[in-house]
Amino acid sequence: MLEVAGLNAWYGEAQALHEVSVRVGEGEVVTLVGRNGAGKTTLVRCLIGLHRQVSGTVSFLGSDVTRTPAHRRARAGMGWVQDDRGIYASLSVEENLLLPPRVSDRAWTLKQVYEAFPLLADRRKAPGTTLSGGEQQMLAIARVLRTGARLLLMDEPSEGLAPVVVARIGAIIREIKATGVGVLLIEQNVKFAATVADRHYLLSQGHIVETLDNSDFQRREGELLKHLGI
Amino acid sequence: MNAVLQYAVQGLAAGSFYALAALGLAIIFGVLGVVNFAHGAFYMLGAVTAAVLLDTLDLTLWWSLLVVPVLMFAFGVVVERLLVQWLLRLDPLYNFLLTFGLTLVLVELVKQKYGVSGLPYKPPKLLSGRVDLAGVVLPRYQLFVFLFSVAICVLVWLVMTRTRVGMIVRASTEKPDLARALGINVGRWVTPVFGFGVALAGLAGVLAAPFRAITADMGNNFAIILFAVVVIGGLGSIVGAVVAGFMVGLVEAFGQAYAPTYAQILIFVLMALIILVRPAGLFGRKEATA
Ligand SMILES: Nc1ncnc2c1ncn2[C@@H]1O[C@H](COP(=O)(O)OP(=O)(O)OP(=O)(O)O)[C@@H](O)[C@H]1O
Ligand SMILES: [Mg+2]
Repeated sequence: MLEVAGLNAWYGEAQALHEVSVRVGEGEVVTLVGRNGAGKTTLVRCLIGLHRQVSGTVSFLGSDVTRTPAHRRARAGMGWVQDDRGIYASLSVEENLLLPPRVSDRAWTLKQVYEAFPLLADRRKAPGTTLSGGEQQMLAIARVLRTGARLLLMDEPSEGLAPVVVARIGAIIREIKATGVGVLLIEQNVKFAATVADRHYLLSQGHIVETLDNSDFQRREGELLKHLGI
Repeated sequence: MNAVLQYAVQGLAAGSFYALAALGLAIIFGVLGVVNFAHGAFYMLGAVTAAVLLDTLDLTLWWSLLVVPVLMFAFGVVVERLLVQWLLRLDPLYNFLLTFGLTLVLVELVKQKYGVSGLPYKPPKLLSGRVDLAGVVLPRYQLFVFLFSVAICVLVWLVMTRTRVGMIVRASTEKPDLARALGINVGRWVTPVFGFGVALAGLAGVLAAPFRAITADMGNNFAIILFAVVVIGGLGSIVGAVVAGFMVGLVEAFGQAYAPTYAQILIFVLMALIILVRPAGLFGRKEATA
């Protein structure tokens, strides 16, 4: 559903991505691993349409969206879970959930969201940022699920969270994968990545240096950890 | 006691003009990121339009309260489409140059057409004179201005907190990029929001018409104080704009009553003190650091 070919991205004169090609299929979970500053966040910002200084092509569900504005990409079915979670302080938990429009008939109802995430139901009237870090991450994920997005772009959802919360996120990812949603997951947590993904891209200084299936990835875990400098 | 109440009502009436105009300024800044230095001129245009409507078409204040905001909304839409939209991608310096330049043009045009002597304006009979509230005699018009503008502020607050439009405005104010990435067409809201902010400034002008000298220059001093209001309340905060608007009106009225030479300085002393204690203003949010 997502095909990225020969994507270059710049910040002014500095090139942050070089000829990046990435593919995510329906019901496929693909991770993007790489050290700090490798260009992972830049890549997802290019995909959702917030970073515009690019060349190359991004196509989504068969159409070229390279020049499409961000809000239309979202309406076409891309769901972004931002690296800082992107929860609105000036919106209540429920308003955070209701803000994005529904984009497909697989959209969850509020009721479904609250059944899956009871803690959000308890805090529905509270300002979004009064939730704990883990709860905010759940809210960010629930928000894109409610839209019925067909491709999730998740930027380090496990970062800074307790192991039980990370495990919960893993379970959610496997659940949505089963419904045919594609996921591009940015991860520094290699162990976690191996529990949810089908394939992995290794990004280094803006270049995709390796594409690995999950068994290779697990076999070479030690080497990868070294590369990531963890 | 009676005198204190008189000054309080006078201050709240003057504060009403600041509150309404600052509310418009805050909403515009929130969604467009543009500090509209022409806001004082829009306030002046509101008052002048009301005076002209009364003079030529015999439209009373009641009608002007309805018609002028609509006209000013339309004018705001034209200004946004012709001029302001080009600012959104530019350095903030151009924001100042354009909106300040627009002020000069509007003020000069009004001077050319209506001179500098000031247009007359009489409030409707119903609002003239004084009202006796349990022994306290207060000017009817000032009470009306205060109650009317509180009603408008509450209405705007309800729209901002209870409707989907308000939710989109809040989201676009706080994190515009995220709102777009979540499927909100933020650009579509820019023009109506600007028009709405201009309409509020115009409405403040209509309310001020029977109360102030209607001249081309009436917005100049108003704009200076308006910026103190916005700094005190916190740039972009709508609650802050309203609270600070009434606060500044009160300071101004009591200042004029007890220390007329210092009345205006007092406002800026208040502003300086508040910046010292809370740099982001009373209700301003600190910029996220991460
Ligand atoms: N707004 C910006 N202006 C200029 N350079 C930037 C900007 N944002 C990121 N960069 C640079 O682009 C490169 C890639 O940054 P990016 O944030 O995409 O990395 P990342 O892989 O997401 O890192 P992290 O693991 O820390 O989140 C870095 O060298 C960074 O310094
Ligand atoms: Mg990042």
